Amino acid sequence: MENVVCTFCGSVCDDGVFENGDIRRLCALGKSKFSKKERIKAPMIDGKEVSYEEAIEKAAEILVEAKRPLLYGWASTVNEAIRLGVLIAEKVGGIYDQCASVCHAPGTLALIEEGVPGGTLGSVKNRADVVIFWGANPVEAHPRHPTRYSVMAKGLLIKDRKDRKVVVIDVRETKTAKLADIFVQIKPGYDYAIISALRAIVKGEKIEADEVGGVPVEKLYELAELMMNAKYGVIFYGLGVTQSRGRDRNVENAIKLVQQLNRKTRWIIWPMRGHYNVVGAGEVPAWEAGYQYAIDFSRGYPRFSPAEFTAVEALVRRDCDAALIVASDPAAHFPRKAVEHLKKIPVIQIDPHPNLTTLLSNVVIPSAIAGLEAEGSVYRMDGIVLRVKKLVETEYWSDVQILEKMYEVVVKRVG
Amino acid sequence: MLWIKNGIVIDPKNGIEGEKMDIFVKEGKIVEESEVNKEECKVIDASNKLVVAGGVEMHSHIAGSKINTGRSMRPEEMRVVRNVAGKFRAVVGRVLLTAPGIGYEYAKMGYTTAVEAASPPIGSPHTHEELDAIPILDKAALPVFGNWHFVFKFVSEKDQEKLQAFIAWAIERTKGYGVKIVNPGGVEKWMYGSNVRTLDDEVPIYGVTPREIITEVVKANEALNLPHCVHIHCNNLGVPGNYETTIETMKLVSGMKNENRPVLHVTHVQFNAYAGSSWRDVSSGAEEIAKYVNKTDNITIDMGQPIFGHATAMTGDAPFQFTLHRLTGARWSNKDTEIEGGAGIVPLVYLPKNPVHALQWAIGLELGLLIDSDKVVISTDWPNGGPFTEYPYIMAMLMSKRMREKELERVSPYVQKASSLPAIDTEKTLYEVIKMSRSLPAKILGMENKGHLGVGADADIAIYDINPNEVDPSVEYELINKAFRKPAYTIKGGEIVVKDGELVAETWGRTFWVDATKKVSMEAIESDLDEYFQNYYSVERINFGVDERWVKKPARLEVK
Ligand code: SF4
Ligand SMILES: [Zn+2]
Repeated sequence: MENVVCTFCGSVCDDGVFENGDIRRLCALGKSKFSKKERIKAPMIDGKEVSYEEAIEKAAEILVEAKRPLLYGWASTVNEAIRLGVLIAEKVGGIYDQCASVCHAPGTLALIEEGVPGGTLGSVKNRADVVIFWGANPVEAHPRHPTRYSVMAKGLLIKDRKDRKVVVIDVRETKTAKLADIFVQIKPGYDYAIISALRAIVKGEKIEADEVGGVPVEKLYELAELMMNAKYGVIFYGLGVTQSRGRDRNVENAIKLVQQLNRKTRWIIWPMRGHYNVVGAGEVPAWEAGYQYAIDFSRGYPRFSPAEFTAVEALVRRDCDAALIVASDPAAHFPRKAVEHLKKIPVIQIDPHPNLTTLLSNVVIPSAIAGLEAEGSVYRMDGIVLRVKKLVETEYWSDVQILEKMYEVVVKRVG
Repeated sequence: MLWIKNGIVIDPKNGIEGEKMDIFVKEGKIVEESEVNKEECKVIDASNKLVVAGGVEMHSHIAGSKINTGRSMRPEEMRVVRNVAGKFRAVVGRVLLTAPGIGYEYAKMGYTTAVEAASPPIGSPHTHEELDAIPILDKAALPVFGNWHFVFKFVSEKDQEKLQAFIAWAIERTKGYGVKIVNPGGVEKWMYGSNVRTLDDEVPIYGVTPREIITEVVKANEALNLPHCVHIHCNNLGVPGNYETTIETMKLVSGMKNENRPVLHVTHVQFNAYAGSSWRDVSSGAEEIAKYVNKTDNITIDMGQPIFGHATAMTGDAPFQFTLHRLTGARWSNKDTEIEGGAGIVPLVYLPKNPVHALQWAIGLELGLLIDSDKVVISTDWPNGGPFTEYPYIMAMLMSKRMREKELERVSPYVQKASSLPAIDTEKTLYEVIKMSRSLPAKILGMENKGHLGVGADADIAIYDINPNEVDPSVEYELINKAFRKPAYTIKGGEIVVKDGELVAETWGRTFWVDATKKVSMEAIESDLDEYFQNYYSVERINFGVDERWVKKPARLEVK
């Protein structure tokens, strides 16, 4: 089978070749997704193997009986499953939250403040003569991004790597920095100041300092010059920007810089999203319930309040009395206090693979791997939807099947 | 089976103008009396009530990346609670709405069909996902063609055969319904930081002009005989003096004819009907446009009526959205898409005392009043001009000069000198506004079973608490405005979904799409498709588009 869609990172490469259980053309990360890994063997309640129906029945019972269950995860499953997750959250009056709340949510907050002047990866491939990676390291996190879309990619106006200037701005010399024409090393936590300085220069103001955030001003002038002279530029920002001091304010500031640049030439800005469908985990609830994450349905209608209805905060406050974790491993990634509360409440897990969260889950429901054993739609990091394919048969139920059944039972119980 | 008894029917397509009639419904269709067994019918007493076809929305932004980015970017829009979860879905939204909310609110106004008017082709799977999340309504989507490089290429090569094959291919791949053009050539120029200013400006690389793009695409659309005509958002949208470009665009199709429908539908014309040379001396160009449209027989328009209050501008016209952002200082989202086009989103408020906003409001109404009712459709270009839930207000305004006089008192006096609205005496009849919201849009879309109540039509019916033979809309405008907001019944596909203005059932409509692939030879464009996908796309050709089985309830319309 050709044109297989990779379900690992936000690049969602769609040119894999799958033959005799072997995947070609994808990067090492992508291949790992298709290689054999330890699986959860069967549905379990309190460690005892049960049928899918029994596990789902029990899960529905937990969710319906909880006052305010948390439904969390979603970045590594398909849109159809996410939609059911939102519907269940609404029915049981719980909280819907997704992985972005611990990574790229500051970008969403910045979107709320300023909008996002963006474009698809195809626009970058075809037009961008200046590409900036800011606090992002695609060589390690999105290995084929540079070749397919951004650094080496050829297109309409870009015939050759030489037609494109690549800039990396980071606190340390990453592997991506080695691909760059210009590497700007900055002091940790100074992104905001540097963006402000660039904004000032682009506006025509003078910088009254020798350096900003560890960067000599001459270098900033050069960078601003390069930006203003670009025909079509792009800033890809990563967690280095959203998770360092300033967070959403960094992104907001960068967006203002891009607004400014568009008065002179064309620029776009876009986040480097991590999991293959973390974008879908925000898009689907947006059309179903109006918001991307941190959504509480306890009053019968969706309310959005980051820092209140985000998973970590809700758990730390011990606001949730049950949790459904789908395609995610909070036990490995959340702060200790949040995990401690998870240990105290009934937890349901839906996932193909065992992980730390499995150990504290009361109900474990193994699922088929999307893109290998199950199909569905996913959003690439630039919001383009691709259909992941089913390549092999499996006994495992897909997330969609599991959640469809769970929704059915929930509706029956809630009435 | 339904028996709608003793209603007062207005059905412009079938020339029925306020007759007392019974209507019979079986298996989702309107049937002859003899087809039903009256004993088994559910009877609806429609005595002294107005019975019309369900409303047909031909231009609204109900699904896809634009509306969804709008929601994400404007949580303040989502804080109005319209429905608490229970038997029906929770719904939030002030002017923007969640997907369930769109279905519910249209139905609660007596509308049963809606078309997404601009779907970025590579984004079509997203558009369909959202369409599938909208309950009740029948739906369709129009992919945008005006800045797609394939179109530039085939137009520059003057290759009609390839252009037709490409359009058929693209509509099939996107499960689209027809051809939309947005600012042809202008969005491509935006990739280089500018825009087109005249119909003869050249598009970079290809050297084609908006004039050529529009003409060739209309020709192709006619040769394919697609059910819907080309649906155009003209160049120079939102620019003072643009009414001339609009008329020039309309002239491009003079001499062309189609027996069943117009050959060009010009959309949200209010935004393209400005005279003057700047925002300082801007005035209405509606009269000029009305004069031209009235004397032709192959062009229709929709109003794009602004409604005072909140709105969100969202169009495929990316350069215009940037201009709007600069003008208002508001938030701005933009999305350049591959080699297909772009889009932008900007929050907006229309204020009655703001001279420009008041003028825009007046121009929309002028167009509605001055143009024959078989050529102008009611629209707000939701959410660009404001909420579609204000259609009853527009209908009442069109029917009552008194209401307009009252409204004119609260708007900027600039309207008095810059538009002819205060001087217009026209009062449309109930029959005419029913036409403008039902039979006419259905005809323009080529949806034969929509917008009327004849035998064979889909049983999409709205019943309002007005007796057309007794009410005088020019005086009782408040009653009209109220009644159209609260149908006694909305019936979708034969099922009662709204009663006394309240939702009583949730059903799922179909998604119409058009298949014209049998009319063309796909081989003609194989190598072009391969070449462009290989070189300029970020997805593989085979992964582009939507398969029918991914759509919830597809309804394929084959073009013969
Ligand atoms: S870059 Fe990402 S999507 Fe592409 S093959 Fe590697 S892991 Fe998969
Ligand atoms: Zn529109």
